[in-house]
Amino acid sequence: MSTMNLRGCMTLFKREVHRFLKVKMQTIVTPALTAILYLLIFRYAMGERQVPGLDVDYFTFLVPGLAMMAMMQNAFANTSSSMIMGKVMGMNIYLLMAPLSALEVVVAFLAAAVVRATVVAVVFLSVLYPFVDISVMHLSIILLYGLCASIMMGGLGLIAGMWAKDFDNIAMVTNFVILPLTFLSGVFYSVKQLPEFWQQINNANPFFYLTDGFRYGFLGIGDTDPYASIMVVIGTSLLTIVSCWHLWRIGWRMKE
Amino acid sequence: MSALEIKGLSKVYSNGNVALHDVSLSVPKGSFFALLGPNGAGKSTLINILADTVLATGGSARLFDQDLFAERNWCKRQIGVVPQEVAFDPFFTPREVLAITSGLFGSKPDDAWIDHLLDRLELTAHVGKNTRQLSGGMRRRLLVAQALVHKPKLVILDEPTAGVDVELRRRLWGFMRELNAAGTTILLTTHYLDEAEELCDHVAIIDQGKVVTAQPMADLMQQVASSYLWMNYDKPLSLSEADTLALTDFKPRVSDTGVCLQLGKLENGQSTFHTAYEAAVARFGPPQDAGVRSEDLEDVFLRLTKKEIRERT
Repeated sequence: MSTMNLRGCMTLFKREVHRFLKVKMQTIVTPALTAILYLLIFRYAMGERQVPGLDVDYFTFLVPGLAMMAMMQNAFANTSSSMIMGKVMGMNIYLLMAPLSALEVVVAFLAAAVVRATVVAVVFLSVLYPFVDISVMHLSIILLYGLCASIMMGGLGLIAGMWAKDFDNIAMVTNFVILPLTFLSGVFYSVKQLPEFWQQINNANPFFYLTDGFRYGFLGIGDTDPYASIMVVIGTSLLTIVSCWHLWRIGWRMKE
Repeated sequence: MSALEIKGLSKVYSNGNVALHDVSLSVPKGSFFALLGPNGAGKSTLINILADTVLATGGSARLFDQDLFAERNWCKRQIGVVPQEVAFDPFFTPREVLAITSGLFGSKPDDAWIDHLLDRLELTAHVGKNTRQLSGGMRRRLLVAQALVHKPKLVILDEPTAGVDVELRRRLWGFMRELNAAGTTILLTTHYLDEAEELCDHVAIIDQGKVVTAQPMADLMQQVASSYLWMNYDKPLSLSEADTLALTDFKPRVSDTGVCLQLGKLENGQSTFHTAYEAAVARFGPPQDAGVRSEDLEDVFLRLTKKEIRERT
């Protein structure tokens, strides 16, 4: 008797997109402004300095990584803020009462996170494009890594939102887990610059592969072979989706 | 046929609190059903289990002959819940809220029905406002509209009139009566027992997670509600042993102004009014004033829930 509720899934997706578009100063204009600040700071402060071991200037090296960092942080923020707002304000009951399967809920949330991450990346790169010498070298790699990063971070945001009891919990996850992992994912440095020990630590950071692969798509250079990392990245994304689906299905920290 | 058939439903929260214990209930299709109980009785837990915001620990439930837990999503489409807490997404207007809710339930937003709901719930003038700009009463009415937007066959109202002024309450009940007359089953929890008595044809009283009684309202009132004969003497009375013996059938209670006697029924179905009146006059003389007061649902509710408390202690 149970049938797919595609309209419900689509409505939830649109609601989530609508939500971040309603606060576009915060979700879209801010990344553009951040891009300009990065431009001012790194472009003019660091000059034409080259990245050791890679034949590219530092700012060109930075731009794809910064775009990926913005995508990851925005995908995480989209799902986690929606969940925690719903929880704190008591609105999540409408989601629980709706005839939506766990898969439909997860797909809608993650799709919206992907849209926000994509919009932010496009805005960010568009602002910087006139000032930096980058081009699309491997479109499929860019799309794949961008998609996987958005799904992974959107999924982590969903899980964090389900886990958190208040905004403070979310701030804790954002500041103590997500920010350090994204900042230390090779956005600002090449792993080849690091001592051996820190290279090992860096290699254990899953976000490093996302950043490195995304950068490869634009510059054709990277610290790892993006084709070798593809299965790991896809696998981690699928694992995130399955985890979200399972946790929503059992009502983890959502239903008493 | 029952709209809702609950059998042995139980809920124990993680802190060990038993919110529902072996609750069995039958809500007839097309009925206006009152689910009553003191605060903390388990009413909201029961509603939340039906709405799938709380997980049951045990038991079963069937909604329109479908297993509520096995056919969750089908059943959810048949239910519209007005929750106790008022909460809205601050990003949207009332019309957007209704269109989104409609979509989440898998229905294409029916503009004519949405307009009708906004009109009946007197929200038409406020459709362009953000939900943050609505007053408390407006938000509560929007909750009602939200519960009805997908045209459910069972509407669950969890204290829908708290904070709503008298006039709007009357209009809201008028609308609910219309829906009920059109075949919608309505399950209502409220602390306004006079409203429940006036509106509902069936009633269940739960206390401390257990069903105290569940039956048609008329049957309950006939079986449990008593009538009292009060006789005013304008002075305090005391009961001698002989008075108590003579009036023992009427459970006499004296006060600062007179005496009150509980009325019953004779074998022929007639009230014991005359017998009680004559017995009292024989003991205390003619009263200055007298009258009959029938118990209402509030009296019955208090009596049944207090009795439960007495039995437990």
